[in-house]
Amino acid sequence: MSAPAGLAEQQGLGSAADVTRRLRETGYLADAGLATITYLALVMQRPLLLEGEPGTGKTALAEALAELVGVPLIRLQCYEGIDATQALYDWDFTGQILHLRTVEAVGGTTDAEALEESLYDDRFLLDRPILRALRTSPAVLLVDEIDRADDEFEAFLLEVLSTHQVTIPEYGVVSAVVPPIVVLTSNRTRELHDALKRRCLYHWIEHPGLTREIEIVRSRLPEISQRLAEQVTTAVQRIRHDDDMLKPPGIAETLDWARALQALGRDELDLETAGATLGAVLKYREDTDRVRDSLERMLAG
Amino acid sequence: MTFAPSGADAGVELFTAFARALHHAGVRVSGDRTQCFLRAVVHTGAGDRAAVYWSGRGTLCSSPDDIVVYDALFSAWFDDHGPLPRARGPAARTIQQVALDPPDGAGEQADEQLVRTVASAQEVLRHRDVAGMSPAERRHLAALFARLQATPPTRRSMRRRAHHRGEVDARRTLRDQLRRAGEPGPLRRRARRPRARRVVLLVDVSGSMEPYADALLRLGHVMTRCMPAVEVFTVGTRLTRVTQALRTRDVEVALLAASAAVPDWSGGTRLGEVLRAFVDRWGQRGTARGAVVVIASDGWERGDPRMLGEQVARLQRLSHAVVWMNPHRGKAGYEPVQGGMAAALPHLDAFVSGHSLAAFGRLLEVVSDA
Repeated sequence: MSAPAGLAEQQGLGSAADVTRRLRETGYLADAGLATITYLALVMQRPLLLEGEPGTGKTALAEALAELVGVPLIRLQCYEGIDATQALYDWDFTGQILHLRTVEAVGGTTDAEALEESLYDDRFLLDRPILRALRTSPAVLLVDEIDRADDEFEAFLLEVLSTHQVTIPEYGVVSAVVPPIVVLTSNRTRELHDALKRRCLYHWIEHPGLTREIEIVRSRLPEISQRLAEQVTTAVQRIRHDDDMLKPPGIAETLDWARALQALGRDELDLETAGATLGAVLKYREDTDRVRDSLERMLAG
Repeated sequence: MTFAPSGADAGVELFTAFARALHHAGVRVSGDRTQCFLRAVVHTGAGDRAAVYWSGRGTLCSSPDDIVVYDALFSAWFDDHGPLPRARGPAARTIQQVALDPPDGAGEQADEQLVRTVASAQEVLRHRDVAGMSPAERRHLAALFARLQATPPTRRSMRRRAHHRGEVDARRTLRDQLRRAGEPGPLRRRARRPRARRVVLLVDVSGSMEPYADALLRLGHVMTRCMPAVEVFTVGTRLTRVTQALRTRDVEVALLAASAAVPDWSGGTRLGEVLRAFVDRWGQRGTARGAVVVIASDGWERGDPRMLGEQVARLQRLSHAVVWMNPHRGKAGYEPVQGGMAAALPHLDAFVSGHSLAAFGRLLEVVSDA
């Protein structure tokens, strides 16, 4: 087995049930499957790849994990065209030039080698999320929406994830004392490369069932009434299971809607308010039109 | 009960055999994934069914499609054979018991058959009624269609992207230089970013096209899966948009949803009128503008063929290209003399056959080159 005691043992996490309990304390309600996978990711020190519809709590899990373990969360938001200088490290070129000019101005050193060395110093090294995660270990590294990045970036990420170290030619090797907990999320707009998937534990997050979602709303927004939580969640679940939706609402939308109603001072979801606040749940005009027509049925019961 | 992964335990054998069976069922399970699975089971406990289930799902699967197969195999493997873990016969024998592959054989055999069919298939798509097919046949057909590769046609867009050659990107070059406090550096270049053209597929579902309708909708599903902007409509006595139904990943579910949406299966054809409805309601408003429009029909027109000709001409002016796919075209001695076909012919950019899988492959090439 791997030499360093994992974060799991330090935290006294001995089973998936412990993970469920501790995640609940941070306000994140995980089902048995997610808790098991999270537990495995912690004890096996493997990256966790979460896929699922937008708004099912993929990013929130990473936040909850960071809180659970008590380490900083370092987030890398992926986008098209992201490259190593934005994800890993960069040299502060302006700083280096200024440093050179200053040395020149004060008529300083004649030792070229020492001068060059002083250029590639810690203070000119700009650490981007991945390097920061390795240097601040232990940490939770969240690589968000990896499906947005290009294939080349994936290959490069693979290297970092398997060795937990980064080689900077001018500086040396940076490796993590305790490997960071890595969470990757994907909305599945494209298929990830198999090599990357093989290194990760995979979990597909489903939308939660009615009872769990009500529980989530209640735990996230304790100040709203049980009745409102139930009404909002039931309505969102009905909308979500309508097959014709262009974009089925996620938990994030449920929470948004509940918050919106709370801000309006309602403690019950009636037809009129629901119609007026539908924009919190549905972001496409076609969806809004469809739901507005059948709003009465959706709110019934 | 738990066990060490190194021990020559019955449990190790059981779980390894399960992973191999999963591999045979079509999930890409490699050796290191199996190892990872075993290690995960050690951590979560081999005696707990739910824990084994989740460990396997996290380590052996890598997409929602895998999970479907995994669920089926998991219950077949563990539920029918009493409590966990229990030593059973040699792994090789148990693999053949898994009732997930077609009864005519798993793995290589099925593959061979597939290759044979693809090589000889000319009329493979005819007279296939989905409802009457056995699950094995369905899987076979799905596998055939899974081989089709659709690349979207592209157009040049106004936006530009960083590229290694092309015009000099002055802004980026200068900004890079600023970051280096004015030190000159390499020139940055940019080129136009290609964008996918929309593809519109109009499927004739009238009585004369009935034998092909299922295959054509499957083609629509392949396109929807592989291209970013696809619209699929069925055309008969009325126009029905089935794009939404076909977006479902599972092809059988998608086809069922599509068939449920279409009210005029195997009815008559009023191709000209329905095309006019399409151009008026959808095409002119943007769906057909700059798109590649594929009409899959045999061209039998009950109404006035002149109307059909006019509408195809309108469509051609609006769109980037109009491709007509006629299943009869692949037959020896076929001449496009039916009223509708003859009227449409002068306005087409391409006229292709559509009676076999190979013809579908060619159509997809024509579309992506359009």
